[in-house]
Amino acid sequence: MTEKSPKQITDDLLRPLFQTSWKFFALVAFLGVFVVAAFASFGYQVYTGIGVWGIRRPVFWAFDITNFVFWIGISHAGTLISAILRLANATWRRPVTRCAEVITVFALSIGAMFPIIHLGRPWLAFWLIPYGSERGIWPNFRSPLVWDFFAINTYLIGSVAFLTLPIIPDWALVRDKAAGWRKRVYSILALGWRGTPKQWSRLESAMHIMAIAIIPVAVSVHTIVSWDFAMAPVPMWHSTIFGPYFVAGAIFSGVAGLIIAMAALRKFLHLEEYLLPIHFDNLGKLLLMMSLLWFYFVFAERLTAWYGNAPSEMAVFWATQRGAYAPLFWTMVFCNFLLPFPILAIKQLRTITGTFIASLGVVAGMWLERFLIIVPSLGHKYLPYSWGTYQPTWVEITLMVGTFAGMVLLYALFSKAVPIISIWELKVGIHNKPAVSRQLSAPGSGKPESAGRPLAG
Amino acid sequence: MAKKNNAIYGLYSDPESAQRAVDSLRGADVPMQEIAVISSQPFDEYEFGRRDHRTPMPWLAALGGLAGGAGGFLLAVLSQKAYPLSTGGMPIVALWPSGIVTYELTMLGAILTALLILLVTARLPDWRANLYDPAVSDGKILVGVVNPREDSRVELERRLREAGAEQTKEAR
Repeated sequence: MTEKSPKQITDDLLRPLFQTSWKFFALVAFLGVFVVAAFASFGYQVYTGIGVWGIRRPVFWAFDITNFVFWIGISHAGTLISAILRLANATWRRPVTRCAEVITVFALSIGAMFPIIHLGRPWLAFWLIPYGSERGIWPNFRSPLVWDFFAINTYLIGSVAFLTLPIIPDWALVRDKAAGWRKRVYSILALGWRGTPKQWSRLESAMHIMAIAIIPVAVSVHTIVSWDFAMAPVPMWHSTIFGPYFVAGAIFSGVAGLIIAMAALRKFLHLEEYLLPIHFDNLGKLLLMMSLLWFYFVFAERLTAWYGNAPSEMAVFWATQRGAYAPLFWTMVFCNFLLPFPILAIKQLRTITGTFIASLGVVAGMWLERFLIIVPSLGHKYLPYSWGTYQPTWVEITLMVGTFAGMVLLYALFSKAVPIISIWELKVGIHNKPAVSRQLSAPGSGKPESAGRPLAG
Repeated sequence: MAKKNNAIYGLYSDPESAQRAVDSLRGADVPMQEIAVISSQPFDEYEFGRRDHRTPMPWLAALGGLAGGAGGFLLAVLSQKAYPLSTGGMPIVALWPSGIVTYELTMLGAILTALLILLVTARLPDWRANLYDPAVSDGKILVGVVNPREDSRVELERRLREAGAEQTKEAR
């Protein structure tokens, strides 16, 4: 087993930045079609009016708000998990953190677009900002939507800083290896970073402080998103459990999103020697725990509603258990619990493929969960004569598909501009490790990792 | 005024050699502020990597958080007073909802202060031609003396070599 030198590590991880195959351009073109289609449908919506959506009285929140909550949830993959692992000094985190932090920034940006799309008149989006107006159009400063504004922006700014700061030393590496226009661009981005002990010390201090600050912010963001619902006296919404329920769901879907992203990166950027089975195994265990936690929250929420037997709540309850929304509900239970639980609980199944399949299920299941929180409650409010239902239109579906394609596209483009694994942190991991313990074993095998020499963790 | 990149330095492939070089230079009475160390990763477990470790950044970040929180509270309260709309039976200045804005801006204040202190104390951005060698990117550790006396160059080079430098260079 040969040791990789720091130079080899640098060269390996910078290769995707300097070498681009036709497959990458094909992927960009493929995803670009969906993104363009989403923009076109958005343009059609703006031109024609929000009537092109399927939302009708009494269901005024549907796909767009589902997507908003879903993407904000996915954003919990990154900064939160990365910050926790950093503070815990979990050494296996090193190849994982940047992959995760990127998800936060892009998912948060996509999620934050949806309230603006939902306005129907996005050119008036600045009305969301709490500013004074002579016309008396003044957003209610006590509204949870204003809390969203502050929480999401704080999380976004913090996450961008948390992602960008550790990239600076890696941009300096790219600067040293690049030539021509690339060298000029990366010289600017590297900010003149050299790597003096003082710079390293300050960087690590700042990262620690940000990690401490960003964890409660991340928790608060999804709590506040849940309060968009829980503050309203709508059946099955007005619940004190919604804060932690949403946070748990966000971390659950976020970890699943991270596993999917890592598996794709490993395959397409040939990072088999860096993203190891043990990383998927560890994240798989975390996903298993979150699956159990999610099941607990769903059970607690449903039990409380059922035992209380309030007519308004039971209408929503039965609509999801055995009514019109039952197929979606039971699909959600399958995707979020019945499918991932055995895969993740059985060690032999907790492989890269296994965790990938479980994660695909969880992402689909969590999107359904967001939908099922919103639509059945709005369709079954207190007065049965005003009950209604909802069917999405092609405009909403295209928008949703476009955001998924947009997320993958942004991620792909990012991986061409920035080393997707933090090179300097990886080197720290190798340097700090006694030689004997570098021979990491594949989980459960008791044998040295066969995919290549493990470089982190 | 002496140029910042006027220096003599050695390139080391391991931190032990780099530490020996730093110790040797100190043994030659080179002041610490004139000994330059540059690496592509932090070496916290070595003495040379712990230089300039002390920083008031956490305290300043806490102060930034306090300032952000105070600003958030004032923003929430003064906005509600300026536009006194009665909503949902809540008082005009409702402390519970104001607490959320206060909390978020407290955290934002701490984060932005930490970022600012990092940029200021690490002297970023700085695109001037400072002492550097691209070999650092390949994992080499640069240890050198900035603005050495002309008559000491030979002695410094000898010490850098004896500590295990793979290469010694001069930058003028």
